[in-house]
Amino acid sequence: MNTTATTVRRQLHTPPPPLSPFPYHPGSLLSVQDLSLEEVGGLLARATALECEDPLARNCILAKRRVALLFYESSTRTRTSFELAAKALGADTTLVSSLSSSIEKGESLKDTGLTLRALGAEAIILRHNSSGAPWLLEAATHLPVLNAGDGMHEHPTQALLDLRTILAHLRPGVEAVTSETLAGVTVSIVGDILHSRVARSNMLLLPRLGARVLLCGPKELLPDTATRTGPGIEIERDFEGALRQSQIVMMLRIQAERLAGLQLDLEDYQASYQLTGQRLAAQAPSAVVLHPGPIIRGLEVTAGVADGPQSAILEQVRNGVAIRMAVVERALVAPQANGDSL
Amino acid sequence: MKALVIRGGHLIDPAAGIDAPKDILLKEGRVAEVAAPGKLKVTNGHNGFEADTIDATGLVLAPGLIDIHVHLREPGQGYKETIATGTAAAAAGGFTSVAAMPNTKPVNDSPEITRWMQAPEREAAVRVFPIAAATRGSKGEALNDYAALKSAGAVAITDDGAPILKDGTMREALAAAARVGLSVIQHAEDTRLTQGCSMNLGPASFKLGLRGMPPEAESSLVERDIRLVAELRDARAHLHVAHTSTASAVAAVRQARRNGLRVTCEVAPHHFLLTEEHVGFYNTHAKMNPPLRSAADRDAMIEAILDGVVDAIATDHAPHATHEKEVEFENAPNGITGLETALGLALRWLHKEWKMPLGRVLSLMSAQPAALLGLKNRGTLTAGSFADVVIFDSAAEWVYHASSGKSKSRNTPFEGWTMQGKVRWTISEGRIAYVAGNA
Repeated sequence: MNTTATTVRRQLHTPPPPLSPFPYHPGSLLSVQDLSLEEVGGLLARATALECEDPLARNCILAKRRVALLFYESSTRTRTSFELAAKALGADTTLVSSLSSSIEKGESLKDTGLTLRALGAEAIILRHNSSGAPWLLEAATHLPVLNAGDGMHEHPTQALLDLRTILAHLRPGVEAVTSETLAGVTVSIVGDILHSRVARSNMLLLPRLGARVLLCGPKELLPDTATRTGPGIEIERDFEGALRQSQIVMMLRIQAERLAGLQLDLEDYQASYQLTGQRLAAQAPSAVVLHPGPIIRGLEVTAGVADGPQSAILEQVRNGVAIRMAVVERALVAPQANGDSL
Repeated sequence: MKALVIRGGHLIDPAAGIDAPKDILLKEGRVAEVAAPGKLKVTNGHNGFEADTIDATGLVLAPGLIDIHVHLREPGQGYKETIATGTAAAAAGGFTSVAAMPNTKPVNDSPEITRWMQAPEREAAVRVFPIAAATRGSKGEALNDYAALKSAGAVAITDDGAPILKDGTMREALAAAARVGLSVIQHAEDTRLTQGCSMNLGPASFKLGLRGMPPEAESSLVERDIRLVAELRDARAHLHVAHTSTASAVAAVRQARRNGLRVTCEVAPHHFLLTEEHVGFYNTHAKMNPPLRSAADRDAMIEAILDGVVDAIATDHAPHATHEKEVEFENAPNGITGLETALGLALRWLHKEWKMPLGRVLSLMSAQPAALLGLKNRGTLTAGSFADVVIFDSAAEWVYHASSGKSKSRNTPFEGWTMQGKVRWTISEGRIAYVAGNA
């Protein structure tokens, strides 16, 4: 009886999921999946070009264009680097944050976006505590929306700056990326994967360049279904086993603000997953250590590792400005004008 | 009220075992006569009454559809829907009876509200059968007076969106409802497992970064409720599982039936058609509770419908204003509209695609739900029954647009979908409640 039912079931034609209408604006960056590899290469190349550009010339690229930073969550690196990036291109920026605006009075994201557009914003950089908020904002405003981190979902510019950092160490000089650029490279992402938008963007981007992504963490912070997010993603629960296989080790903070009642024994966690100098020296003496920040020193990494010679944490921060210049430029400059001649 | 003759149609009345061309006469709100084509005894004007005639040539006539799970939002949330607009949507969808959930504001936990919902002032286009709250304010504590609610017109009891978690309270509710001959409808969700969740737990929720409801939150409560029904077997307690969505819950219902327990269940069109993949990029019109599940769960719903475990197709029509759905996915309210799409989807998919005989589809939407709630003389068109009729073109394909619908709200995942089966007339107790093209 069961066999018959299964046979019948397999033959059923069912309604396919709808096609995504996103992005509405070609300058939007909502997810790393919005970018072709060619576009990723283009952004990396523009990041380098803009970084090297004469600051006064660079200042004309988006002179007096209006960029709004809409931040529903606190941020140091992302906010500052987006702001510096937009300003370096000559744009006017304005910051709206949830604690000092009408958002506190109950204004919806849609209305806030429409208000910013009416005030002349030509692009909105959004950091939001709800997954998917940038999609809502883009649908409501049809402006270029740059996702600066949405809930537990994605943080595409972080993945791009991580990629730039990885390439600088493992493939110096390479910008035009292909599906084989990172062939043979294993990247371990370690810790609170469940709540991490950085992990999701990286696990969706890096395998497309040929990298193998190993996710490492306890079950509570890393469900088995994570491997089904995309191709090239595996789980290795044993931290030292993951370290031994990795050229890149990306450590993540435990997101206490998103644990939602989940009880974790931090001592256990540290014993199993803290990146110590000893572990690093024994298992991955030449790996590059990344961390998207903020770091909780002494929890996921020791101070010695964070400040040590294998750490590229501050390089990541520097790369953030370059990548975000390229992303903000892409948002506001039509592709045909966005060539090497700029 | 003028009598009504419907000629030339093909009658499908599953409860009466009729699937043949018939003419019918409706008089004083009841079916007066069903006869072979041209054989009605009435001759217009000669039997002492006037009759209007509907030419149903090429059309199917069937007992008016019955939806045992709708949210009409009145009292209290008329901006989403009113009893008038919700029942107008029902009529447009071919429904002549709807059972209205008690999660209104205030909660329908009293005979007064139960009567208020049925009062002529509500201007309902079709018959409204209130389902009353199981506990005071649906808070899961003190039981309401089921005998009083029943005499006020309630046809079942439930705390719907606020499921009864305490074993003792649920046992008492099942026993008390059984004493007055009502069923207890449970929205099976162990809310202790679903705090902060906005979709099904699985690869899709991980990828979207949304907290997911485990399927066990549904099936564990269904299993608990079935245990209680088994304990109350001698009391003939009747459990009805609302909007079943998981393979494990339906398996539990199947087993309970094999064990001879009075356990019934319904499935909503979205749960036999859509999966968690349809959430797409945070489409709040694909957010409801229970959520869209995995493909395996969806396939199990189809299988359970085809093999007869499911007793009713019910829409869980849950209108919300546009602005309420245009928010972050996690903050959006649960629910979608369904009254105007249920028949079109059932015929397009269950009948056309999956080859379920038309009579069985109609039975799931009329005869069986009537039997389930004990609605006497409904769900069939034998002489003496209520004159609740739907007349539709079973082959017609059309494209659904919420903007041309009758509901006050437009929160549907089926915008732009091709439907099959166009309702031409809906007749509620002898009155024409809907005519196509007369929008």
